[in-house]
Amino acid sequence: MNVRMSVYILGFLTLFEGVFMAVPTITAAVYQEKELTLFAGFALALMLIGFVVTRFKPTNKSLYARDGFVIVAVSWILLSLFGALPMYISGAIPEFIDAMFESVSGFTTTGASILHDLDSLPKCVLMWRSFMHWIGGMGVLVFIMAILPLAGGQNMYLMKAESPGPSVSKLVPRVRKTAVILYAIYFALTVTEIILLLIGGMPLFDAINLACATAGTGGFGISNAGMMIYNPFCIWVITVFMFLFGVNFSCFYLFLCRKFREGFTAELKVYLCIIAFAVTTITLDIRHLFENFGTALMHSSFTIGSLLSSTGFSTVDFNLWPTFSRTLLVMLMFVGACAGSTGGGIKVSRCIIFFKNMHNELRVMTHPRQVKKVKMDGHQVEAEVIRSVNVYFACYIMIYAVNMLVLSLDHLDLTTNFTAVVATMNNIGPGLNLVGPASNYDVYSGCSKCMLIFNMLTGRLELFPIILLLSPATWKK
Amino acid sequence: MNIIIVGCGKVGRVLTEQLNEVGNNVTVVDQNSSRVTEVSERFDVLGVAGNGATHSVLQEAGINKADLLIAVTGSDELNLLCCLMAKKAGDCQTIARVRSPQYNAEAPYLKEELGLAMVINPEYAAAAEIARVLRFPSAIKIDTFVKGKIELLKFRLPEDSPLCGMAVKEIAPKLHCDILVCTIEREDEAYIANGNFVFSPRDVISIIAEPKNAFTFFRKINYKAKPVNDVLIAGGGDITHYLCGLLEKSGIAVTVIEKDEDRANLLSEQLSNVNVIFADAINQEVLKQEGIDRKEAFVSLTNMDEENILLSLFAKSVSEAKIVTKINRIDFDEVIEHLDLDTIIYPKNITSESIVRYVRAMKKTIGTNLETLYQVIKGKVEAAEFNITTDCELTRAPLMDLNFKPGVLVAAIFRNRKVLIPRGSDTIQIGDSVVVVSNHLGLHDMNEIIR
Repeated sequence: MNVRMSVYILGFLTLFEGVFMAVPTITAAVYQEKELTLFAGFALALMLIGFVVTRFKPTNKSLYARDGFVIVAVSWILLSLFGALPMYISGAIPEFIDAMFESVSGFTTTGASILHDLDSLPKCVLMWRSFMHWIGGMGVLVFIMAILPLAGGQNMYLMKAESPGPSVSKLVPRVRKTAVILYAIYFALTVTEIILLLIGGMPLFDAINLACATAGTGGFGISNAGMMIYNPFCIWVITVFMFLFGVNFSCFYLFLCRKFREGFTAELKVYLCIIAFAVTTITLDIRHLFENFGTALMHSSFTIGSLLSSTGFSTVDFNLWPTFSRTLLVMLMFVGACAGSTGGGIKVSRCIIFFKNMHNELRVMTHPRQVKKVKMDGHQVEAEVIRSVNVYFACYIMIYAVNMLVLSLDHLDLTTNFTAVVATMNNIGPGLNLVGPASNYDVYSGCSKCMLIFNMLTGRLELFPIILLLSPATWKK
Repeated sequence: MNIIIVGCGKVGRVLTEQLNEVGNNVTVVDQNSSRVTEVSERFDVLGVAGNGATHSVLQEAGINKADLLIAVTGSDELNLLCCLMAKKAGDCQTIARVRSPQYNAEAPYLKEELGLAMVINPEYAAAAEIARVLRFPSAIKIDTFVKGKIELLKFRLPEDSPLCGMAVKEIAPKLHCDILVCTIEREDEAYIANGNFVFSPRDVISIIAEPKNAFTFFRKINYKAKPVNDVLIAGGGDITHYLCGLLEKSGIAVTVIEKDEDRANLLSEQLSNVNVIFADAINQEVLKQEGIDRKEAFVSLTNMDEENILLSLFAKSVSEAKIVTKINRIDFDEVIEHLDLDTIIYPKNITSESIVRYVRAMKKTIGTNLETLYQVIKGKVEAAEFNITTDCELTRAPLMDLNFKPGVLVAAIFRNRKVLIPRGSDTIQIGDSVVVVSNHLGLHDMNEIIR
C-alpha cells in the first residue's frame, strides 16, 4: 500500500470538491440566499486543505491494483462526507445520517431522497444536489485524471476501479486523453440538453438542474410538483437524453470518428432491443389508464428510460400501474444501462456475457467434448472477464440477501424492501410501494439507512472496491 | 507520433516503455491477449489482441493514422509480413526485426525491395558491439556512423599519455594520423575541441575516425590496451555465429565451447577458422583445459543469464582477460552492476536503443535530411549524421569560408565509399554523408549550423 501517494490523490480530490462547491456558492450569490457564506467558506476550506496536502509530492508514485481499489473506495466515502456537511450544517437537512444519505445518493447518481418538502429548500442546496449527480456520473477520479498528469500507466488501476462495466477499454493510447475525451462528450451532451430544454420553455435554473441530473443518470427532483409541470416537449427531450446517457460513451466516440459499424456494438443493439420491447409491451399494458395513445407512449417511454438508465425521474406514479408493467420495470432496474455509461445497474454487457456463457455451458453438458468460447463483437471474451462477471453475480446475490435481512427488521412489506434494495444497489432511486415515486426513503430507520448508503456506494463502484475495503486481506502487509 | 508495436516480447516491452515515455502514442499488438492487457496496463498504451499481419487487426490498431510500425514478434516471416501489410494499409514507415542468419545476409535487399525503413537484427547488433569492444577494450563507448564506416570513440587519457600537454592542432603534424578530436570532458565541463585546446591527464576525449585510423592513432599514443588476440566464447548461439564472423575478419583467434552436439557440428562446418569445443562450459576442467587463464578475452553467451554471470565471475577470478557478459533479462540490473563484471551486453537494449534513436531522428527528419543521432555527452553534445540531398548554402563554398556557429564541428565526410576527415579547404558535395558534432541540441537541418 502506497499510503503517501494515496493521500496525495485524496488531497487532489478534496481540492477539486472545493472547486466544485463553487457552483452552489454562485447559485447562492445569484439568489442572495443566507447559505452563501457557508458554501463559500466550505469551498475555501476544502481547497485550502487540498492545496496543503498536495504540496507534499510523494517520491514513490507507483500504484498497484490494491491501491487503486482502496483509493477509489475511500475517495467516494470522503467525497460524500464532504458533500453532506454543508447540507447538514446549513440546517437544510437536520439529521446527519439523512444528510449523508442524500449526499451519497447524489454522488452515486441514485437519486433516492429522504426529503419531504423540496420547495422549502434553498436553491443552492438544490443546485448542489443536482451537481453532485453530474460529478458522480462520470466519476471524480476520471475528472482528476483528465486534468492532472498523474503517474504514467498506473492510473489505469484507478480508472478500472471507478468505471462501470466488466472490462474497461481505452479510446486512445493514453489514459489522460481518454479521460479528457469522455468528459468532453459528457459536457457537450449536457450543454445540448440544457439548450434543448430552454428551447422547450423551461426556466434556466430548472433546465440546468434537470440536465445535470439526467447526465449523471441521477434523478433528484427540484420541486414537490415533480416532472408534470413541464410540457410534453421537455418530457420527450429528457426521455431521449436519459436513453443517451445510458449508452456506452465509447460508442459516441466511435460515431464521432465516423466508425459507425464499430460503434454499433452488440451491447448497444441489445440495449435498443430491450428499450423497443419494453416500450411496446408497457404502452399496451397501460393504454387504458390514459386518455390517448400518445400520452401512454410518453409516460411509458419516460419511465422505462428513467429506470433502465437508472436515472429515477418519474412523471406519473408507476406504482399504480398493472402488475405486468411493474414486474417488467423491476426487471429493467436489474439490467441497467450499458457499460461505460453514467448509468448504474448490472449493465447490459454483463448480462450478455452471463447469458452467452450460460448458453455455452448448457451446450457443453450435452456435447461434453465441445469447445466453445464466448464471443462479443467478433472478439473472444477472455476467461478472466467471464470469471469476474460470475463473481460479480455471486457477490451481488450475497449482498442482496444480507440487505433483505437487515431491512426486514423495520417491519415493512417485502415489496418495499425488495425494491428499495434494487433501487439503491442499481443507483436508480424510486422503488415500489412505500419507496415508490410518490413517497420516499424516510420510512426507514437509521440502521437501514446506513445499509442503503452502503448499497449505493457498492452499486456505483461495481461492488468490488467497497467489498475489498472491508476485507481484512486488503489491509495485511 | 503514432507508433504501432507488433509483438510484446522482451524487446517489445522495452520499446513500449521508452517510446511511450518520450511522448509518443503507442499501440501494442500481440496474439496473446493476456500479454497485451498486461503491457497496456503497465505502460498507459492502447492494446489490441490479434495477429498483427492481418488487415482487420491493423485497422483496429489505427494503421491509417500511424507514423511508424515496428514488428518485433518472435518470427522473422511474420515481422516482414506485418511490415508489408502496414505499407499497403497505411502510409507509414516500417521497422522489422529479422534475426535469422539466412535473412540477415539479405537484409539490404529486403530493406530496399520491401520498402522497410530499417531492418534490425538484435543478435548481429550485439555481436557487432562485442566485436567493437574487443577491438579496443578500454574505450568507454563506441558509436558508429554510416553503417560502421566512421566511429566515434570515447576514452580516458591515462596519467602518462604522450598526448598530455599537447594541443589539439599538434596531433596531425606530430602523429600523422587522420583522426579528429571532437569533445573533451574535464571534470563536469564539456568542450567542443578547437585547435588550441591542450590535453591534460584524466580528460575524457572523444575522437572520430575510420576504424583502421583510430587503431593507428591508439598505437601511436602508446595506449596500453591492445586489441585482443584470442577469445574464448562460452555458448554457440546466433550471437556467437555473427561474432565469430566479425572476429575472423580482424584475425582474432576464437575458441567456442558449445554443449549441444548438433549445434557444435554446425558451427564447425560454417566457421572453418574457429576452434569449436563440444562440452558444457559450466565445468571448470573444460575451461582450464582451454586455457581460460591465458586468454586475453572471455565472452559468455550461453542462453542462461545465471550461467553467464557465474562463468564471468569465474573467469575474472582466474585471469586478467577482458570479460564480456551477455544478459537477456533486465530485471536485476542493479544487482548485476554491483558484481563489477566489466562489459555487460544487453541485446534487447541495443535493439531498442537503435530503434528509439531512429524514431527520434525520424521525428526531426520531417522535411529535412537527418540520418542518425547520438548523444556524445548526455544532454550537452550531440553527434548527427546528415545526408546532403540537394544543393544548399553548405555546398557552395569550402568549409573555411562558411560562417559556422560557435560550438559546431564538421567532423567527418563520407563520399564515394571513402571517409574524409575534413580540412578547411574541403567542400561539402551533394550525395555526401556528413557527421556534425555540436552543442546545439536538436538540430533539424544541417543548414542550421551556419550563422
